[in-house]
Amino acid sequence: MSTANSLADVIDQSEHRGLRSRLISHQTFWVFMAAILACLALSVLTDTFATERNLFNVSRNFAFVGIIALGMTAVIASGGIDLSVGSTVVLSSMTVAVLMSAGMPFWIGVPAALAVAILVGVVNGVLIAYAGMPSFVVTLGMLSVARSLAMVLSNNKMIYQFGPDHALLLALGGGSTMGLPNPLIALVVLAAITGFLFRWTRWGQHLFAMGGNENAAKLTGIPVRQLKVSVYVFSALTAGITGVLEVGWLGGVTTNLGQGMELSVIAAAVIGGANLAGGIGTAFGALVGALLIEVIRNSLILLGISTFWQGAFVGSFIVIAVAFDRFRSIRQSG
Amino acid sequence: MSALRLEGVSKHFGAIHALSDVSLSVEPGEVIGLMGDNGAGKSTLVKVIAGNFAPSSGEIFISGSKAEFHRPLDAQRAGIEVVYQDLAICDNLSAAANVFLGRELTKQLGPLRILDYAQMRMKAGELFARLKSETRPRDLVRRMSGGQRQAVAIARALLSDAKIILMDEPTAAISVRQVAEVLNLIRYLSDHGIAVVLVSHRMPDVFQVADKIAVLRRGRLVAHKKSGDSSPEEITGLITGAIEFA
Ligand SMILES: Nc1ncnc2c1ncn2[C@@H]1O[C@H](COP(=O)(O)OP(=O)(O)OP(=O)(O)O)[C@@H](O)[C@H]1O
Ligand SMILES: [Mg+2]
Repeated sequence: MSTANSLADVIDQSEHRGLRSRLISHQTFWVFMAAILACLALSVLTDTFATERNLFNVSRNFAFVGIIALGMTAVIASGGIDLSVGSTVVLSSMTVAVLMSAGMPFWIGVPAALAVAILVGVVNGVLIAYAGMPSFVVTLGMLSVARSLAMVLSNNKMIYQFGPDHALLLALGGGSTMGLPNPLIALVVLAAITGFLFRWTRWGQHLFAMGGNENAAKLTGIPVRQLKVSVYVFSALTAGITGVLEVGWLGGVTTNLGQGMELSVIAAAVIGGANLAGGIGTAFGALVGALLIEVIRNSLILLGISTFWQGAFVGSFIVIAVAFDRFRSIRQSG
Repeated sequence: MSALRLEGVSKHFGAIHALSDVSLSVEPGEVIGLMGDNGAGKSTLVKVIAGNFAPSSGEIFISGSKAEFHRPLDAQRAGIEVVYQDLAICDNLSAAANVFLGRELTKQLGPLRILDYAQMRMKAGELFARLKSETRPRDLVRRMSGGQRQAVAIARALLSDAKIILMDEPTAAISVRQVAEVLNLIRYLSDHGIAVVLVSHRMPDVFQVADKIAVLRRGRLVAHKKSGDSSPEEITGLITGAIEFA
């Protein structure tokens, strides 16, 4: 073999390895495989998983976590964290519930709920970006404040009568279009929009730049403060949308709605490849992460394992996903 | 006309006099080596020129007209680009994305303005080719050598047709071969009429590329002379204070 030939071989090989290892090192790919495998295994092991009813339920739950995971991925990729999403869900739900049960139409109740969610995002964002407080602290405070406001708003009572547009609200979150649950359709649309924003807009580019190196972003003239506020508003808005949809699905709101949801959402984002150190994350990853979380949770129920174990699984998943990440960056730098 | 002229520039941080009464001028195409001990005020001087800090007193002139920078963007508009000590580069983005960061090219897609990746990669590729750097536009900066990173940072500066480029320790953390690469980049800039302020601790680098050398000691300018008229020994003495003034 001539040297030129063998050199070409080496290059060829390294490129092949490059392609394959790139796929294999892609966390999203593995998580996706895991979710598919889990689905297959459950279909075989149980005769309840692949029923229409169960799949309908799984896909709706998946949608709720997934929608917020999109917002969470934006926040995490920008270098922050949003612990207040679960409370924003209940505040948004309660806003629409209280207004509509008082006789307001759908077209006032829903925009008002989204406006309240946006306001939560603005408060979070302003405190983080302009007052320079850590996102962890600000959103932890908001976690408590927003849920408390929802309690005040409803006097801690359950609401299940939504006035003249009652049916419309229930159809929005609880109904389905062309055989697909509405929340699932909302998820797909929002994921496509988020993916587009991340990849094709200056907003997305700047968000990832800020998460990668905030100082550099600032020096190149990117308005990092406004950008940060917009990121927390985006996250809160996904929570607000979820809140509105969840009212319709559940048919009633109590103040414990969305409790602990931030953990599932963060787990979904992180499992989907969002890096807690900032700068990395994809919309598709958020979707895949949420899918895996929901399939696992469903499998626990179907396999008759106590639901008390759910927290252990979700918690361990976050830690494992981050551990993988550490491992990979150590191997890369070593 | 001088590309850059400082007159009596001072900068205080509370009680710390980071810069005291610095007057200095740089001609187009001139490379000036700015030297001094740790904490002498080099980075502060760079940041004052770049609009990061407003000077406490003194004036800055760009091509003869008085400049007032309130933020880095103002300095950028006036043709000043900075290659920072802690390179202002995002590791998680591609070389092309970094070159265009904050001034991305876009194209129209129906009602939307979307990023024009093809155009940005092509333009970035052209800049790297001009700089004779092997940097590939699509590569993530994370996987790049120190020299390639410098090329990315310098390509950024070229993109905006800068008249003055400030470089804060571009050769601090890179290999010998890469240092040569960066020094070639500096020569390229100077050949194209760009004034370069090179902050460095490395005497050989400065003597290789600088036309003039300026020395700061505890915020004061203690020397500003042709590098041909000086020597590493003299500069060392000026930096440490063994030689008072030259
Ligand atoms: N933002 C700031 N606030 C307060 N003091 C500062 C600030 N920036 C610099 N200083 C002080 O100003 C002085 C000059 O610092 P500067 O960073 O300009 O030094 P330098 O010459 O670049 O040093 P080095 O070689 O270590 O990079 C130091 O005493 C430093 O502590
Ligand atoms: Mg410095």
